[in-house]
Amino acid sequence: MSETYEELPAKPQPQIAPGNEPYWQALREHRLVIQRCANCKQLRHYPRPMCDACYSMEFDWQELPARGHVHSWTVTHHPFHPGFKRDVPYVTVTVDLESGIRLQTPLLGVKDHLALGTLVDLEFIDVEGGATIPCARIAPD
Amino acid sequence: MSILRDKAIVSGVGETIYSRESDKSQLALTLQASLNAIADAGLDPKDIDGVIPYAAGGIVAEDFITNFGLPNLRYSALTPMGGASPVAALQSAVMAVATGVANHVLIALGRSGVSGGKITNRLAEMPQMRLVAEFEMPIGTNAPAQFYAHMARRHMETFGTTSEQFAEVAMTCRRHAVLNERAMMRKPMSLEDHQNSRMIAEPFRLFDCSLEGAGAAAVVVSRATFANDCRNLPVFISGVAEGHPNSPSAITQRQDLTRLGLADAAPIAFEMAGVSHADIDVAEIYDCFTYMVLCQLEDMGFCAKGEGGEFVSNGRIGLGGELPINTHGGLLSEAHVAGMNHIVELVRQLRGACGERQVDGAECGLVTGFGDLGDGAIAIMHR
Repeated sequence: MSETYEELPAKPQPQIAPGNEPYWQALREHRLVIQRCANCKQLRHYPRPMCDACYSMEFDWQELPARGHVHSWTVTHHPFHPGFKRDVPYVTVTVDLESGIRLQTPLLGVKDHLALGTLVDLEFIDVEGGATIPCARIAPD
Repeated sequence: MSILRDKAIVSGVGETIYSRESDKSQLALTLQASLNAIADAGLDPKDIDGVIPYAAGGIVAEDFITNFGLPNLRYSALTPMGGASPVAALQSAVMAVATGVANHVLIALGRSGVSGGKITNRLAEMPQMRLVAEFEMPIGTNAPAQFYAHMARRHMETFGTTSEQFAEVAMTCRRHAVLNERAMMRKPMSLEDHQNSRMIAEPFRLFDCSLEGAGAAAVVVSRATFANDCRNLPVFISGVAEGHPNSPSAITQRQDLTRLGLADAAPIAFEMAGVSHADIDVAEIYDCFTYMVLCQLEDMGFCAKGEGGEFVSNGRIGLGGELPINTHGGLLSEAHVAGMNHIVELVRQLRGACGERQVDGAECGLVTGFGDLGDGAIAIMHR
């Protein structure tokens, strides 16, 4: 029974790099925005200072539809970080958005029929510590 | 491309014992393995004029100057590529001796025991993990088993690769470890043992994962002109290269999850060495997880992409097979010293000094490293 009341360490918080705040702020507003080169308009993720196509350091943020397809996944059984001890087993999925952008997200709900290409909708979950995390859920048929 | 071919030799190799825990410090273990390698080369520690410590290990060149009283350290470098560091360090050492910057470069690596939960904190602090720390660790992707699980799952779903094929790698390494008195894991492993081992991060079971433990290994790279003065048989480095995938900073952001930096490095090393795949008698392949072995076999061109599962089956990678791999037991069954033990084993195989686990007539072989989020390195050697 002591297990039930055990104080677990906090889950890791996003270590937000300088310049990435607009991404996290949009998530708090339950919107997904992705960095876009202001010069050649190429989308890029994860965010970084420079466009690797045209070397421009000017960028803006483009809101994208919260829908994608499963590219890969894993089910974690061993809690490598003790903050996730009560979450195991849990599923994380690599998701291809239609724009070509990729995210890695937790999967909410049932994982039956998980396969490459499975259509998922993104939801925005506010977590402890003040961040909001995009999460995937298998889209209804 | 072949400007470095046969310009350097591995003149000495050394290890400590491998165990789960040790009462010796990481530095003490590293120095002991270094002493063994230097003696194996027939050198005195004060002959060492180049040092490449393990970038992720917290040991620095200063430690070697202080403890060996090195009078003339002329070259030091780091190759921060995780488990690809030792083989990448070979490239750096070859360049140093081939150009005359140094005569004898020591590459050494030690680990001080089971790290428990601390590894996730250490990873989060590493600069090459910055993007993972921001975008993936908060959702529970905290350790290599989880990083690489997405690559392995993609491979399985795309090509039909199976857990039983992963087991072939684990069982082969164990069969070889049974013949190696230095190996930590010497109890035979059956397919049932593998399939019944607990799930860690799907598709990886416990027996798909490498060991943790304490120990150290080291090698000395010398100018080829030293070949006639070695205490033991010199082993020539004929091809060596490193490769970095893009993105190197997040597997999620890599176009092809099933392709590693090694795919870029391998053709360079083979061309430099002037050998073909059929010339390779033995291969020591970085095996932090079983899947990484079959992926690297594909990336080196021993089989086509997607055929790794089939390639490792039917005894092909065991002693007596077409391409014996990890003849010491690898990270899966000998010990995890980040692949420095793979270099040591390749040198011993090419010296013909491996006793029961010796590959008959081994004249040419290769060793790979894999690390961080996809970095790769390869060295081809011959006797």
